[in-house]
Amino acid sequence: MVEVAVLLSVGRHPASGRPRRAPLDAQALELALQLVESGHAARVHALHAGDPANPALRDYLGMGLDRLEVLDLPPGVDPVPALVARLRELAPTLVLAGAVAEGGEDSGMVPYLMARSLERPIVPDVVALELSGDGADLTQALPRGRRRLVGAGLPLVATLHGSAPAARQSAFARARRGSIDTLPADGVGDAFLEDCAARPWRARPRLMGARRGGTALDRLKAATETRAGQGRLMVQPSPEDAASAIYECLIEQGMIR
Amino acid sequence: MIATTLSTIVIAMLAAGLLLALVQARRWRAGRAAEVDFVAGLKALPRRYLVDVHEVVARNSFNSRFHALTAGGFLASLVLIVALALPPLRHGAVWALLSLALAAMLAGGLMVGWRRRVERPAELSGGRFSRLPFALLAYAAAFLTVALDQTAGGLLPGWLALALVLVGAWGCAELVLGVWKGPLKHAVHGALHLVAHPRPLRFRDGAGRDSAIRPLDLEAPKLGTERPVDFDWNRLLGFDACVQCGRCETACPAYAAGLPLNPKKLIQDLVTALDEEGSDRSYAGHGHPGRPLGGVHGGPAEPVIGPMVHPDTLWACTTCRACVQECPMMIEHVDAVIDLRRFQTLELGATPGKAAGVLEELRATDNPGGRPLSRRLDWAVDLDLPVLAGKGGCDVLLWLGDGAFELRTQRSLRALVRLLRRAGVDFAVLGAEELDCGDVARRLGDEATFQDLARRNVTTLRRYRFDRIVTADPHALHTLRNEYRPFGLDVPVVHHTAFLLDLLREGLLKAETRLSDSVTYHDPCYLGRYNGEIDAPRALLDAIGLTRVEMERSGLRSSCCGGGGGAPLTDVAGERRIPDVRMDHARATGAATVAVACPNCALMLEGVVGPRPQVAEIAELVLAATEPRP
Ligand code: SF4
Ligand code: SF4
Repeated sequence: MVEVAVLLSVGRHPASGRPRRAPLDAQALELALQLVESGHAARVHALHAGDPANPALRDYLGMGLDRLEVLDLPPGVDPVPALVARLRELAPTLVLAGAVAEGGEDSGMVPYLMARSLERPIVPDVVALELSGDGADLTQALPRGRRRLVGAGLPLVATLHGSAPAARQSAFARARRGSIDTLPADGVGDAFLEDCAARPWRARPRLMGARRGGTALDRLKAATETRAGQGRLMVQPSPEDAASAIYECLIEQGMIR
Repeated sequence: MIATTLSTIVIAMLAAGLLLALVQARRWRAGRAAEVDFVAGLKALPRRYLVDVHEVVARNSFNSRFHALTAGGFLASLVLIVALALPPLRHGAVWALLSLALAAMLAGGLMVGWRRRVERPAELSGGRFSRLPFALLAYAAAFLTVALDQTAGGLLPGWLALALVLVGAWGCAELVLGVWKGPLKHAVHGALHLVAHPRPLRFRDGAGRDSAIRPLDLEAPKLGTERPVDFDWNRLLGFDACVQCGRCETACPAYAAGLPLNPKKLIQDLVTALDEEGSDRSYAGHGHPGRPLGGVHGGPAEPVIGPMVHPDTLWACTTCRACVQECPMMIEHVDAVIDLRRFQTLELGATPGKAAGVLEELRATDNPGGRPLSRRLDWAVDLDLPVLAGKGGCDVLLWLGDGAFELRTQRSLRALVRLLRRAGVDFAVLGAEELDCGDVARRLGDEATFQDLARRNVTTLRRYRFDRIVTADPHALHTLRNEYRPFGLDVPVVHHTAFLLDLLREGLLKAETRLSDSVTYHDPCYLGRYNGEIDAPRALLDAIGLTRVEMERSGLRSSCCGGGGGAPLTDVAGERRIPDVRMDHARATGAATVAVACPNCALMLEGVVGPRPQVAEIAELVLAATEPRP
């Protein structure tokens, strides 16, 4: 029976910016747990490189992991060398990760760099995986919903696609019970990342032309439809014309009375 | 001779019954410890029985009459027969009294027979219960004859009197030993349940309608209830008090819509699971719709969900409390459902349907839709709502709730805001500081997320100065008013219907236009049954001049719209949808409009397709009625 390692990163919720389990990594863990449950894999090594105190790591434990190994690295440090070193020690047959994380540089390069350092093949965008003899049959997601069956020899690195089976729910009590083992690790700081500043972005609220009366369906349409070509297009208007157009629009939308 | 035989037999029966009751008691003593004030409970027993229980039973006056006759006559006769054991008391007057008691019981027994054998309402369970009238009649008729004969001085031949005593003794055995499993166990268990009730505050002596879910100790080794023995012992006692009267079944909206949930069967499942190797084969009532009888099994130390109760049954409940409201044995079905859900969600991570994803979003963003909180006011950019952080204090804090993200609810919130402005109310909103109140998390069993939200909301609220919270969402109202108390919030929380009514009565709002439509009002469960507020919305509709017609089920006995308890998220399939059933009730009134007072009700009822009355939020109606005349 094979051993599986899953690389887990800390995600960031797009709306709140708060740390959470990264959805694709959670799907990778789901696949690994299913391999154990179906008796194809003996064990899951869950690996994270970063801050062991990050509460988002508990989300992974809540999926039913007993322990999670954290290579203790300060923020802004390249996690690849530490992960490679640890994976060399563990020598798992299968390394699974999400195709892309939700933080850092978000390039999705980590699994590739890892595969290169470990000298293993990598199969990206996997949605299903079956182990057979000394190889694996993988279903790969292609653009526009197409699928492709790929055979690959073991050992192997694979990354998960978003249309793989959804990750199971994270349960509070399991998250509380699971343990986080911290391993010392070293790495070098990434000067580029340290220079970057992150700040939240949001679209400004848009006032929808209020339409009264009509059926609920009409109102819903009026409120949600984007009406193309109904505005007034003014090419290089005089400042007076432009100002009065804006003024009329504000009155029309009820912003000023 | 006859007197000695009679009293000896009856005393022996009573002793046997007591013994069996003690054996029975061991079953619930296996449950978890619970804090129970026995002295207070015992003191309150007569009042709880004669006032609170009677109030429920008397909703069907025939039942309360036969119950008074049968139980009163039976208890009086027992006392008198025991007294007959003392030779000096074997007096004609005592025999006459006994005859009187037994005659009352006989009349009651005949009425029971009528109900069980002739009328036979569909919700009643059969089985052992169908023998009840025979036992009552045998006891009352046979002993009555004996008592009358003794009053007259003993005219019957000895053998006949003895035979009659034996017939009565069979009836007595059936009734008293029935404590073991049969019909009369509820007399003992019901009384004990009233003494050791897990929510003593819900009775008149506690002066409340104690409907808040209790906080869960998140440090406990096991969270929620997995096996019967994980329930508190007095909850187990409560389940055992169920008389299978089926009142909960008739009231349950999930059952009415053919969802796989029958609260009576659920409680019986929990009773069955208390027995080693329990199986529902001997259950003789309606089961969970769509689920065959006889296939489930359980034991005190076996998981409930799975082998005994299907998960769909657990998640079909809308936590509407209709069953609790109707139950004459004062059983708390919703508490049981929440306890079981807590284990499923917190320990197993087995929340079904979209619910799991919603809980995850809720944890990551503090609102179930996973939207940025800074967008909570987007719908009101033109209304320029005052935000509390910028004002520091106000009279009225308007709690918008999650509906502020919902197109439909935004419409009624706009109406409410315009009414507040028109009345000159000094109000403000929390804006991005408002987190979801946690109602849905708590009902779905995710107590951890609920407590986290509650703590943070309470911290925010306590930073500001305001007189009261007004909200248009009864779920938020119930949570803030009742369930935040253990987390340190104690401010008046008012529903917008009550608030608008005050504004009208104080003359700050004036009804200008008479609306001519007829309306029927749908009570939201979390305003009506959970908080007892059924009058203000009605008075408000009357005040703006609408003609109001009542649905068959209204007020405290209203039926759920299907939107509570996370039910739309777990979305268990049934024969119909709950809102469709509810809309049928509305249609039957012939009213042109259903007035609703809850964003969930508005969403659920507006989702009903086909010809139907239009759905209007009360604030929208009030806005239309107070529109200044042109
Ligand atoms: S739970 Fe209550 S209402 Fe339902 S059948 Fe039992 S006693 Fe009757
Ligand atoms: S709370 Fe409502 S839905 Fe749930 S069992 Fe009781 S009556 Fe049925």
